[in-house]
This record gives sequence, structure tokens and C-alpha cells, in this order.
Amino acid sequence: MAVSAAEELSDPLIWPKEGVARVPYRVFFDEDIYALEHEKIFRGPIWNFLCLEIDIPNHGDYKTTFIGEIPVIVTRDEDGAVYAMVNRCAHKGALVCLKEHGNDKMLTCIYHSWTYDMQGKLRGVAFRNGSRGKGGMPEDFNPEEHRLEPIRVEIFCGMVFGTFSEKTPPFETYLGPRMSGFVKRSMGRPVKHLGMHSQIMHHNWKLYAENLRDSYHATLLHTFYTTFKINRLDMDGGILMSDDGMHHISYAKRDTLKEDGEYAASGVHSAQYDSHLNAPEFMDMFPEIDDGITHAIQTIFPTLCVQLTLNSLAVRFFVPRGVDKTELFWFYLGGEDDTEEETQMRTMQSNLTGSAGFVSLEDGCINEFVQRGTTGSLDKESFLEMGGRDVANSEGSRATETAIRGFWKGYRELMGV
Amino acid sequence: MSAVESTESTKDVMSEVADPSLRALIEDFLVDYAHMIDDGRVEEWPDYFTPDGFYQITNRDNYQAGRPIGIMQCKTQGMMKDRVKAIFEANVFEPHVYCHLLGRSRLREEKPGRYHARTNFQVVRTMQNGGQDIIATGKYIDIIACDGNAPKLQDRRVVLDSRRIDILIVYPL
Repeated sequence: MAVSAAEELSDPLIWPKEGVARVPYRVFFDEDIYALEHEKIFRGPIWNFLCLEIDIPNHGDYKTTFIGEIPVIVTRDEDGAVYAMVNRCAHKGALVCLKEHGNDKMLTCIYHSWTYDMQGKLRGVAFRNGSRGKGGMPEDFNPEEHRLEPIRVEIFCGMVFGTFSEKTPPFETYLGPRMSGFVKRSMGRPVKHLGMHSQIMHHNWKLYAENLRDSYHATLLHTFYTTFKINRLDMDGGILMSDDGMHHISYAKRDTLKEDGEYAASGVHSAQYDSHLNAPEFMDMFPEIDDGITHAIQTIFPTLCVQLTLNSLAVRFFVPRGVDKTELFWFYLGGEDDTEEETQMRTMQSNLTGSAGFVSLEDGCINEFVQRGTTGSLDKESFLEMGGRDVANSEGSRATETAIRGFWKGYRELMGV
Repeated sequence: MSAVESTESTKDVMSEVADPSLRALIEDFLVDYAHMIDDGRVEEWPDYFTPDGFYQITNRDNYQAGRPIGIMQCKTQGMMKDRVKAIFEANVFEPHVYCHLLGRSRLREEKPGRYHARTNFQVVRTMQNGGQDIIATGKYIDIIACDGNAPKLQDRRVVLDSRRIDILIVYPL
């Protein structure tokens, strides 16, 4: 009989009876739960983002990344195909690739010169036959039993995903038709890098997963956006989810903005802001996709987000760095055939997001405030009933926490809690 | 023209700034800029630039690859004023102050009234609870316009050594 994760923990995690409308704070600071997530989620039947295909365009290119905290190498072999494997030598466990990216014919661990091909198969062991007739590996040493741990790979819209589990369905099945169609909308074209940086946030990785799905906070915490009428709850927009609730899309349509008395009546900070900009041209946009959506955030469980706000196309990828630390990578992209003017517009719009973004910089600290607020509160839980208690699409309103509940629905199923 | 071309490739053909009083003027200006940020007078920040001044915080990787997007970019003084306004009226963050430590500037003259400078820096951030971290280390790559006695930044690239930002960046560097 399968033992559920709740029972595997020395101190079993009992989820509140209200279900996904509650989240025990313990999941954000418990080291045992964090360790179990590596087994049940990151090594579980899900697809983890690894890198962009343009990161490894040529034969012999490699890039290092992470699945959870597990170090990973992604390569493009001579056959042109993409491979992924754990960056951990089969001998003593040292990192094999030290550089973040490079190009090589073989991958060699510097410790004892064990050498692997670009698919991770062991091709050479130093002093395998010993030296001067002495030492060496036992006669029954079989290199085929000692390879870099393989990771199954799929490429979708220029993004490379990997999974440890045989049970993971094909990527498009994992996402479902609605979600995969929307990824094609943003990423289904040749892209190029326009810039990247990362951001260390001092909180558990799941708080950022929540934050991305939290359309309720967007216009309340990020008052810059509200003021300039880019993304207000009173615009047409909504939340769409995959059937399992794990992945979501939050979208808004700028052109249909209408004044909503709620803001003025409640006197929230965002309504008091003088909306006059000295240089509004930084938000100038060019027509790109003809569906009226000007603002889209899409999450792919567990640690990926694709954003297309105005023309600002970016892939956000976050990596746990311990139970209370997360590194968020911002990969800003442009179309491969963008004009100079279009690149300029994407560049200036990038001021909206990132670690100094007008509308995102608060996210660097807000989840840390939750981490600091909840640490040590073993028996307390958050309250997530905005927009109901269930996991359902919310067309026409983003004043909802439905997508956060969707994340926890998926999390609980995977973790068995 | 990429950032690298505009600020570095021409330095071999540019001459040193030989006039000590001109050097002192520019050095004082660069120090004043740092003190202005450190002392919390960020509303004065746009005044350190020409009206069409360019400001960017980026990192070594983006800079060397000629990638246009960094962490913060303003292509006019107006955009800098919007940054300042957002700091005071829109953005929410935990109170903190910076302390800039500058190295000696290398100054070269492109032509009379137009100078190129490189200055290494470190910035220590102190939070309200007393926590202190070095949050930035790197170099300023500047083009300075100076007619008479009032230097202004025409172009300032803040090139961070690390691609990794701790928590967030609110105030300019």
C-alpha cells in the first residue's frame, strides 16, 4: 500500500478540513516538507522548465540549471537532439559541469577525470586498468551501469522541459489544450534574448507560486499599475485554469477600461495616485497579437511563468535555494525578426517588471513579509476564500484566489497531503 | 551603437583629462551624485542628467553581450522623474538607505566638453532593522557633458558584476 506523504513525515501534516481554501503555514518553513517536495514534486510526475532552446543552439552546447535544488545539465548532442541529466558525477557525486554554459565534445568531472558523452553515458574512467599492473577497477566494472542520471526531455515552443518520472504524460497532455494553446500564443515563434537577471527572495518557493496566481493583490499592492490603468480589476479580464487547476492564465484587456466606483469609494491607495507621467512613452506598444489581450501572465506548475504584458515578453523561472530562499530568473525576450523600434519598445516596457520593476518590485519583499510573519506558527493557516472556496475559472473577474487554490489542489495530490 | 562601442572602444584614441581643475570638477560631481542618493535626496537625481540623458542599471553579462534590457532603464530625464515619483507615491518597500563607496575615476576627453569616465563602486544597503549587505559592486561607465562649470551625465551605465539582485532595487545606484 502506498504510504501517503502525510504519514512519511515524522510529524504528520494534517491539512485543514476546509481544503484548499486554507494553507497551513508550516508548508513554508518545515525542512522535512521541503525535502519531501523534492521526491514528490520535483522528481514526481510533472514537467520542470530547464532552459530555452536558444540557450543551446549548436551541437555540443550545454547549459546548467536546476530542478528543485537538484543540479541539472542540458545538452545538444551531435545528433541535434536535446538531452538532460543530473549534474552529479556517478563516482563521488561532484558537479560535472562547473560553468553555467559552454560547448564541448565530452563532459569530464575534474575530480577523477570520469568522462561522459553529451548524453550522459560514461565513456572513460581514469586508471580503469590501474597503473603498472596494479590497482584499477574490479574486472566486473561495467561503465553502462554508471552514467549521469538521465532526465526525460520534451521541447515545447522553444522551451525545454524535463521530468524524472516515467508516469509524466506528454507535455501537451500535462498542460491541456487551453494552456498549451496560450503558450503558443506567447512563445510560438522564434525568439532571442534581450537581457536577463535574477533576484534572490527570502522566502519559500511556494509563496512565489502563490503570488503569480494571486490576481487579487495585483492592483492593491502594485499601485503603479492601477494608476496608469494598465491592469485594473475593472477592466475586462479573467482567470482561466487547466482542468486540474495547477496551471493558470490571468489576462486583461486594456481597451475596455471603464471607471469602477469601488476604487474611489474604498479609498484604496491606488486610487489616490496622480496618474500624470512625465514620459508615458515608455509604455508605448506595437500591435503584436490580435486578440485584444494586452496583459497576460501564465503559470506552468510548478516553477514557471510566461508573461506578455504589452509587448514585454519574458520567461520567469524560480528555483528553490533552501526552505526559505528562492532565486527568480527573468529572461527577457524579443521576436527574432523584431525591428530596432520594436526592440526599443520592449526594452522600455521592461521597466514595468523585474527586480526594479514599477509593478513588480514589491513582489521581491512581500512574500518575505509572509515568510517572516508565519515562521513558527505551526498550527495556523492562511485564509483563501476570495472568489469562493472552490477551484473554478473566473471569467470577468480577477478579484479571486481561485488560481491559488488550484495550485494547492495540485500540490496536495502530488504530496499526498 | 552598442553600449560597449559608445563608451569603451574609443578610449584608446582619447586623451587623458590633464587639467587638474577640470578633473576635480568632474570628480566632485561624481561624488556629489553618490552623496545625493545616500542622503535620500533622490528627487534631485534627474538634475544630474542632461534632458536627453540615458541611465541604465544592467549587469556584466548583458553589457558584454550587447543585450539592451537591464534592470532599470531611462532614456530621458522625464522617465527619471517618473521613477522618482513612483518611489514616493506608488512603490511600497521596507525602509533602507545606501552607502556608496567609489574608487578613483579614470577620465578621458572625447572632445572639449565631453568626457568619458569609469568609476568602480560598491553599495552597502542598511535596512531599518540594522541588517547590512553589500548589494551591488561594479562600475559606472559614464559620458559626461561639461560646458563651463556644470557637469551633467549624458549617459550612465551602472554595470553590476553580479546578475543577482538581493530582494529588489528601488533607489537608483
